[in-house]
Amino acid sequence: MRMKALTGNEAMAEAMRQINPDVVAAYPITPATEIVQLFSSFVADGRVDTEFVAVESEHSALSACIGASSAGGRVMTSTSSQGLALMHEMLYIAAALRLPIVICETNRSLSAPINIHCDHSDTMGSRESGWMHIFAEESQEAYDSIFQAIKIAERAYLPMIVSIDGFIISHCMQRIDMLEDKEVQDFIGEYKPHHSLLLTDKPYTIGPLSLQDYFFEHKRQEIEAMMQVAPIIEEVGKEFGEKFSRHYGLFEEYKLDDADNVIIAAGSAAGTAKVAVDEARDKGMKAGLLRIRVMRPFPYREIQKTLKNKKIISVLDRSDSMSTMGGPLFIEIRAALYDTETHPPICDYIYGLGGREMDVENILSVFEKGEIYKKKGVEKKLAFIGVRE
Amino acid sequence: MKQGWKNLPIGCIIEKGGSSRDFKTGDWRKQKPEFIKDNCKNCLLCYINCPDGAILIEDNEMIGIDYDYCKGCGICQKVCTANAIEMKSER
Repeated sequence: MRMKALTGNEAMAEAMRQINPDVVAAYPITPATEIVQLFSSFVADGRVDTEFVAVESEHSALSACIGASSAGGRVMTSTSSQGLALMHEMLYIAAALRLPIVICETNRSLSAPINIHCDHSDTMGSRESGWMHIFAEESQEAYDSIFQAIKIAERAYLPMIVSIDGFIISHCMQRIDMLEDKEVQDFIGEYKPHHSLLLTDKPYTIGPLSLQDYFFEHKRQEIEAMMQVAPIIEEVGKEFGEKFSRHYGLFEEYKLDDADNVIIAAGSAAGTAKVAVDEARDKGMKAGLLRIRVMRPFPYREIQKTLKNKKIISVLDRSDSMSTMGGPLFIEIRAALYDTETHPPICDYIYGLGGREMDVENILSVFEKGEIYKKKGVEKKLAFIGVRE
Repeated sequence: MKQGWKNLPIGCIIEKGGSSRDFKTGDWRKQKPEFIKDNCKNCLLCYINCPDGAILIEDNEMIGIDYDYCKGCGICQKVCTANAIEMKSER
């Protein structure tokens, strides 16, 4: 195993190089620019066999990916924020056509006001598009998850987003344990498309009209694919762990077993939260963390089991849902807990919008509030961390 | 028999090419073109302009309209220089 110091973007680009996809169609956008830039230099230097399509927008990028994937290729792209928003229309199409495209994404806020820094509003806005989604906490996980994403997507015939927090991870240098190119190829294996437009002796029609008489059946089939995919994600994560000694599941538990005061987070804040858990435990709190890794499909059954006996659950949301009920993570976890008999108390904290700093003290204050809520009940269902009044 | 979701091919596809032939768009029609053979000079302007390929030709002569696919747009009647096509209400 080789060790390298890489930024999150470099790690993602290296993963793409080792995958050596048939086609990459991409348009660079901050803070994911380097992924596309580095990958295009791999193409120019002849280090990959990929057909690189330099397009004029993200809508075109994903459209070209859909075409290439329909032709039976292994296809990847990369984007962020407004780019993912511009892909929105095509996201649904890629998913419904069951094309296992993988997007390397860096999470960045959506305009307005214009901002280039991290929050989760971009991928959260795509969570009903039919794409699977992994929030990686840091670069090593992102690097490892991209290989798993290829394998999961191609087994389930569903597309997948792997995202890292913009700048916080994408531009942060970290030690990466890299796999050998051959290990990557052996792990991902050969892609066997369900159909290929290039096989002219087996012609098929893609994207035909489906009205009142068939649309519902087509969607029902897509929903079923998403319902069946969680075990595949677990299986591939386990296989990766057995081969390379880094284990990945649907979510990560940190000192959660005996914890009664629990924080839930996704992305880089979970790393900060782990330090806060340790400090809270030093202060005598039974603190723990559940880090959401797989956001789509949402592992609600497993979350129910894990959280049903906790005394207080504080969700950290790096985006708001504008429903006035709180952030998307909070809403989904709360919905998952509705089916428990215990109905553990739960509250939401919106934090870090537009890249606003979130530090250990902020998270410690959430644990401290949790201690009060444990005794007195939740006073404030929805609060905001680090915003000026 | 219409298929249930479990029996449909993956990805909303149709497992053959040229499947638009099976999609009879004629039932969208509200106005129906009627061919008056006696007036026709076989200039074939209707054939060139029909967006649905619904003008039937045999030995370079216009022989009628394919009502399986004609949507009744009336372009053939508009371009006809010989009053050989008349639009009538479908019902």
